[in-house]
Amino acid sequence: MLKSLKHTCLAATAVISAFTSIYVAAEEKLVVYTARKEHLVKPLFDLYTKQTGVKIDYITDSAGPLITRLQAEGKNTPADLLITVDAGNLWQAQDKGVLQPVKSETLEQNIPAHLRDPNNNWFGLSVRARTMVYATDRVKPAELSTYANLADKKWDGRLCLRTSKKVYNQSLVATIIERLGKEKTEQVVKGWVNNLAAPVFSNDTMAMEAVAAGQCDVTVVNTYYYGRLLKEKPDTKLKLFWANQKTTGTHVNVSGAGVTKYAKHKAAAVKFLEWLSTPTAQKIFADANMEYPASSSVKPAKLVASWGEFKADQLNVEIAGRKQAEAIKLMDRAGYK
Amino acid sequence: MTHHRFWFWLVCAVAIIVLLPITNLIISWSNFQTDIWLHLIETQLGQLLSNTFWLIFGVSIGVTGLGVGLAWLTAMCEFPGRRWLDWALMLPFAVPAYVMAFVFLGIFEFSGPIQTQLREWFGPGSYFPAIRSTGGVITVLSLVFYPYVYMLARSAFISQGRGLMDAARILGLTPWQAFFKVTLPMARPAIAAGLALALMETLADFGAVATFNYDTFTTAIYKAWYGFFNLQAAAQLATLLLLFVALAVFIEKNARGRARYNQDSQHLFHRYQLTGLLGIAASLFACLVVLIAFIIPITQLIIWVIKTGLTDVDNRFLSLVGHSLSLGAIAAVTTVTIALLLAIAQKQPNQRWLPKMINISTLGYALPGSVLAVGIMMGFSWLDNHIFAAWFNWMGEEPRQVLLGSLLALIVAYGIRFLAVAFGPVDSSLYNIKPSITEAARSLGANSKRIILHIYLPMMTPGVLTGALLVFVDVLKEMPATLLMRPFGWDTLAVRVYEMTSEGEWARAALPALTLVIVGLLPVILLMRRSNKY
Repeated sequence: MLKSLKHTCLAATAVISAFTSIYVAAEEKLVVYTARKEHLVKPLFDLYTKQTGVKIDYITDSAGPLITRLQAEGKNTPADLLITVDAGNLWQAQDKGVLQPVKSETLEQNIPAHLRDPNNNWFGLSVRARTMVYATDRVKPAELSTYANLADKKWDGRLCLRTSKKVYNQSLVATIIERLGKEKTEQVVKGWVNNLAAPVFSNDTMAMEAVAAGQCDVTVVNTYYYGRLLKEKPDTKLKLFWANQKTTGTHVNVSGAGVTKYAKHKAAAVKFLEWLSTPTAQKIFADANMEYPASSSVKPAKLVASWGEFKADQLNVEIAGRKQAEAIKLMDRAGYK
Repeated sequence: MTHHRFWFWLVCAVAIIVLLPITNLIISWSNFQTDIWLHLIETQLGQLLSNTFWLIFGVSIGVTGLGVGLAWLTAMCEFPGRRWLDWALMLPFAVPAYVMAFVFLGIFEFSGPIQTQLREWFGPGSYFPAIRSTGGVITVLSLVFYPYVYMLARSAFISQGRGLMDAARILGLTPWQAFFKVTLPMARPAIAAGLALALMETLADFGAVATFNYDTFTTAIYKAWYGFFNLQAAAQLATLLLLFVALAVFIEKNARGRARYNQDSQHLFHRYQLTGLLGIAASLFACLVVLIAFIIPITQLIIWVIKTGLTDVDNRFLSLVGHSLSLGAIAAVTTVTIALLLAIAQKQPNQRWLPKMINISTLGYALPGSVLAVGIMMGFSWLDNHIFAAWFNWMGEEPRQVLLGSLLALIVAYGIRFLAVAFGPVDSSLYNIKPSITEAARSLGANSKRIILHIYLPMMTPGVLTGALLVFVDVLKEMPATLLMRPFGWDTLAVRVYEMTSEGEWARAALPALTLVIVGLLPVILLMRRSNKY
């Protein structure tokens, strides 16, 4: 009796499966949730599949929803790997318990210590520098120095910024808090707000275009946005300035990945992660978006290299996550929208 | 099972499914986020509330003014170009708010072509109103949401015919008095329904306000979620938003009161001839709206597409189109079927409490797509993790996901979100069936089943079609819920637009955005052709 019931149920399951997402566990397969955009990761997935035969399924979304989805799915999650941008997001993923530590000599060797989680929950795969862009016809490079200096009165009505809602700015302010302390940082952020020439922009590109059009003289962006602008308008009168060279170094962040806590294909996920840290993959990963490779043995693309070498802040990027909430609150208090 | 029971359980089932995500949001209050709330109250809450208030206020005026004014012009008057302006005015409905927002910024920002040209002509000091302002956001949202009011008001005016207006005139009212005292009040339920949809869209909008960096209640929800990673606080904010909406729906229903607007729509009527300057003014006004709300944005998109070339057109792109179309179609059919059942349930005798439950079932429209999707996701993951996990354990298999990440879950999400859109036209087409028809059928011995199949359904076809097309276009445009809940490989055009705009790559977002608009045009034109047949 019970057995026939079970058979009926089996049949029912098959019918349900036909209409739902039932995900069939296969050996040669990986499932990736990625906040890095499809056109930046797909070439890598395709190459890996070609080389190893491992098929990669993926969905893209912002980090917040992806982490929430991982939390909700719990043990049932089909995801093996989470790829996202910004250490702030990676830290949050680990803090919400959706990642697991990975012990891998390859990764430890290829990825410098300050670009990965001290507990090996996630690993930076490309480095993104956030620094200043200025109008060459209105600003002398000698006028520029540190992020904090942009709060100086001399920049009154000459500064453009992107919204504080973007994690890139939250991470930048988080590291400034770590370096300068809370009080000093709040003064700095207030100074920025006072110096704004226009309401804050919703993305880096708009902020740079405002500088180019003469609405303001200087802004702060991730360098690859500057790279995109250069490709589109090679004769632009904008230039990069490496911030904090005489002090702690330019603020850098990472895009990176971690193996999910309940990964069904853990070994395969680790293998893929390790592959992403190898020179071939590193080159593609960084070049796709004009970023810097995380592995120091790999050279950046020609255009990126042409912006010159710079001293990068050696602070472990996880600070961006640990102080994220504090940074947001501070920016809110300072009136930075 | 008796009839009453059947309808009762049906409505209950729908309400429960809709309430599932909302309950999840309400449960969030069990863990009050004092820290975040104190911070919000201290820093931003005042600004958020006033911003949201002005947005609602401005968009109400904008969509009512544009929608009713244009509807009256095209329905009641004859002027040069009326025939094509009639449906051209509906075209902006196919443009998603987030697309309109980034196109407008691209054109009107300080660094955009217009202001650059002005500076070239008049020097660097030339004044131009700031586009990233309350006024700018209101303009953009009014331009994309006025078609809701326009469409509903227009068919209300047409079905009224001119007879009433003429009667009012004969009784001594001036044309304006007749319009305000007779025509407008008669069309009030339709206008209110359109306005309610437009305002719910406004409250739920995230894409447009985020592009403008204009802080509203919705952006605060996202900030709590993406910035503080505090889903509880986000959910608590979302329930407050829901409270506002429930209040608005309640007020609207009460204001409508017992107003019935079933009318003989068979009046043969001739339109007022607007001649000379008046005709040209009417024509210019309507043209201007079409120009700003449709032609200019589309032209900008086309320019961007040409600039970036057609490099992104490949098989993958075609599959995006295919996915968008099929999701839209499946969701339209299921959602309208449910709306139809609800509407019929409401018409059953002795079901006084049903309208209230149905009101609850249409609340989903006002929730930001992401918030709603999170609620659904949590509900489904609970089922997956408990019910289905137990099932699989009993079967001796490894537990896996059944609902989450399935097509079914996504369709349910669309259904919950867009039930209000489908229910409006379906319900009002049923509303327009005079009670006397039902009574006559009953007195001739027809039972409920026969009445539904042979009287209601044929008479409701236009409304059902309208509902289906509206849902179809809305699903095409829908972004956050699709992003969060789509199964592997089910990327849509909206997903592609998101990927590009989130990086500020507007030129590359233009191709999927333009395709989205074009795909959405066909149903919109169908809609207008159909409504002309009144």
